[in-house]
Amino acid sequence: MNALDIKNISLSFSGLKAITNLTLSIPQEKIYGLIGPNGAGKTSLFNILSGLYSPTQGDVMMLGKSILNKHPHELPRLGLARTFQNVRLFKKLTVEQNILVALDQKKEVDLKQKLKNYFYLLFSTRHFLSDEEELLGQANLILKEFDLQEHAQTLAQDLPYGLQKKCELARAYATGAQILLLDEPAAGLNPQETAVLSVLLRKLRDHSKLTLVLIEHDMKFVMGLCDQISVLDYGVKIAEGTPSQIQKNPIVQEAYLGKARSKDV
Amino acid sequence: MSSYLLSLLSYAGINIILVASLNLINGYTGMFSLGHAGFMAVGAYTSAWITNWAMFNHPTWMLFWFPVSLLSGAITAGGVGFLVGLPSLRLKGDYLAVVTLGIGEIIRVCILNFEPLGGARGMSDIPHLSSIIWVVIFGATILYLLWRLIHSPYGRSWMSLREDEIASQAMGVSSLRYKTTAFVWGAAFAGIAGGLFAHELRYLNPGIFDFNRSFEITLMLVLGGLGNFWGAVISASALTLLKEALKPLQEITRIDFRMIIYALVLISVMIIKAKWKWKRHERT
Amino acid sequence: MNEFFQHLINGLSLGGMYALLAVGYSLVFGVLRMVHFAHGDVYMVGALTGVMVTRALKLSDNPSLGSLMIVLTSAMAVCAVLGFLIERLAYRPLRNAPRIHLLITSIGVSMLIQFSAQLIAGPDPLFFPNLYSGETEFSFLSLKMTAMQAVVLGAALVLMLVLQFFVSHTRTGRSLQAVSFNHELASLMGISTNKAVSLTFMLSSALAGAAGVLIGQIYPKVEPFMGVMPGLKCFSAAVLGGMGSITGAVTGALLLGLSETFLVGYGSSTYRDALAFILLLGVLLFRPNGILSKATQEKV
Repeated sequence: MNALDIKNISLSFSGLKAITNLTLSIPQEKIYGLIGPNGAGKTSLFNILSGLYSPTQGDVMMLGKSILNKHPHELPRLGLARTFQNVRLFKKLTVEQNILVALDQKKEVDLKQKLKNYFYLLFSTRHFLSDEEELLGQANLILKEFDLQEHAQTLAQDLPYGLQKKCELARAYATGAQILLLDEPAAGLNPQETAVLSVLLRKLRDHSKLTLVLIEHDMKFVMGLCDQISVLDYGVKIAEGTPSQIQKNPIVQEAYLGKARSKDV
Repeated sequence: MSSYLLSLLSYAGINIILVASLNLINGYTGMFSLGHAGFMAVGAYTSAWITNWAMFNHPTWMLFWFPVSLLSGAITAGGVGFLVGLPSLRLKGDYLAVVTLGIGEIIRVCILNFEPLGGARGMSDIPHLSSIIWVVIFGATILYLLWRLIHSPYGRSWMSLREDEIASQAMGVSSLRYKTTAFVWGAAFAGIAGGLFAHELRYLNPGIFDFNRSFEITLMLVLGGLGNFWGAVISASALTLLKEALKPLQEITRIDFRMIIYALVLISVMIIKAKWKWKRHERT
Repeated sequence: MNEFFQHLINGLSLGGMYALLAVGYSLVFGVLRMVHFAHGDVYMVGALTGVMVTRALKLSDNPSLGSLMIVLTSAMAVCAVLGFLIERLAYRPLRNAPRIHLLITSIGVSMLIQFSAQLIAGPDPLFFPNLYSGETEFSFLSLKMTAMQAVVLGAALVLMLVLQFFVSHTRTGRSLQAVSFNHELASLMGISTNKAVSLTFMLSSALAGAAGVLIGQIYPKVEPFMGVMPGLKCFSAAVLGGMGSITGAVTGALLLGLSETFLVGYGSSTYRDALAFILLLGVLLFRPNGILSKATQEKV
């Protein structure tokens, strides 16, 4: 079973066709790359997957079940979380609080549990404190894994850019989702930070058994990291395959470099 | 202590509850509700109606019926808060403000046209069941509950919606659930404040709960700082006392100078805040 | 049947008056993406100025079209200045602040104007003396329209047409459109955003001032809080037709005027004021971009 099956997805904005008849399959426990020139529809695809946009046609299946008309907030519990192109952290909250927000939503609660939680929240200091302690413990583990402990009490808006990106990644991880959509996770990172990110992402795939889908522009990063890649241009998939296949593909070269240049390559 | 002073302190306490409850909706969740006086009205009238009934039927049990009436006011106000919260999702910023303002007015107009509650004449001779003790009991409890809510997953979810609603939803926070919950709690607490108010003033009239009242509460909140727990408490108490101090001025001229002063202070504070933030931004 | 057409005329007349205010909300929203809460109060200032000028110049002794013009112009001028000052002193410093702060300030300005007017005019309401003999009535097939209604409607139409022409066919007007699309881009094109915004405020406020005088001829009671309800209603009208567009505002205003007149005519008048609000709620929930728009997806 595939992590994600994208079938015949089309999307348009008042006549502008952002995505046309796109079909992709993303296998589980792999790192999948989505590349292509700007405006190719990659982020729009992420927005469809995360429930922000409704496609004009097509369907999206996650682990065999359709997630097409789900509200964005239902997806993390179903197993899908994401980061954003322009880092969207909770600016005035601390790093720890950012992680906690994701952790808070993890527990599935039925009505009885909800009422019980309220009661504890309001009247039982003991229960309340122990619940909070548990959450803090989990948050700390995550912070450690992402090497963010020393910044736990820093406000998200005060973090340097590279750490902000890491924090956003940690937050998406904290939701417990098995599939992470990462929108340009390496953008703005220096070579050292990019290398560290590669290691981190591989660890997430191998140890945490996550499926990662990346939108990226850093070719070296993408080719060195991804198991499989799809190339989009003008909302259409123009190539799919392993990194070496993609690199040799003349259509891809043309899309990136333009017709005349590609002849030189 | 004179009864006048105790009464004044009661009003301060009532305003603290009102401002703190609005803080939940506007400050922590980042919405903009301008109809808070409407929730207060619902609580006030519910509570007064119940004590009125109780006075006739169980006059010796008022010590029991008074808090019950307050809690009933909380429940009805909370119910209204829920109804207000539902459409609030589709409405952002300015639009939500106007709609909540309208709802506050609608509540007032409904009460105005509802004869069993006294209509335009209002309700009078409400028993003086409120006292500084009750205000302190309920006030402290409400502040405690608010504190707990804010420092719990609820508070974090509310704040995350305020910071970035889209990212928040992407992390699993249900905008619908948390926004309506904020409205329910905020409205319920305002309802209790309304009940206490009714039994302190001993007279109710729909005109008390108009937009000016909502504006006053909002003003106190903004001056104390949106999302600032103790700021809300301090500004509510300080401004209530200040308002009393300025009363003689109004009585002389029949004109509400206080509103002019309030408005000027509000505008100045907003501009100063903006300029200060801009300077800070420029430094970095 | 006659009744129907009478209501139609009255409704359009009412709508025309609403349009003068509704357009102001749309214009300001267009350039600043904010709801100018104090707009209704500018309208009140227009009415107040009209009354005070009429009294000062003793114009009610000689009612004529000329007197109306004088009062109209002075009210429009005063309001234009007021609008300019509001934007310059209260809104501009908050150009980069969170929307909520701007909203709060807007409310503060509204309160300030209302209670200052109370200070100036005293707590008792004033009454607009007649500036044009409203005695004559036009009759056509037993449909009646007072001269005043005709003048008001006519004036409103003229102002709308001038505005529309200005915005689409003059360079300054088009620069306003540019600014309403995108501040940064417009300034890159050499358009002074600040000037455009100031001009927009002055235009909207002048129209509101005109409305104050014109409507004051038909409904003569003038008091400091008279702008609140019309403000809310005309805001609703602007949203109804689509916030940010002049034609939208006019359409919304006409629709509101008609619905209100028909409601009062055929139904009850108690809920007359609530109608605007109900329409507003309906539009915001189902067609937030106005009834003239299609339900489109917003780009994230």
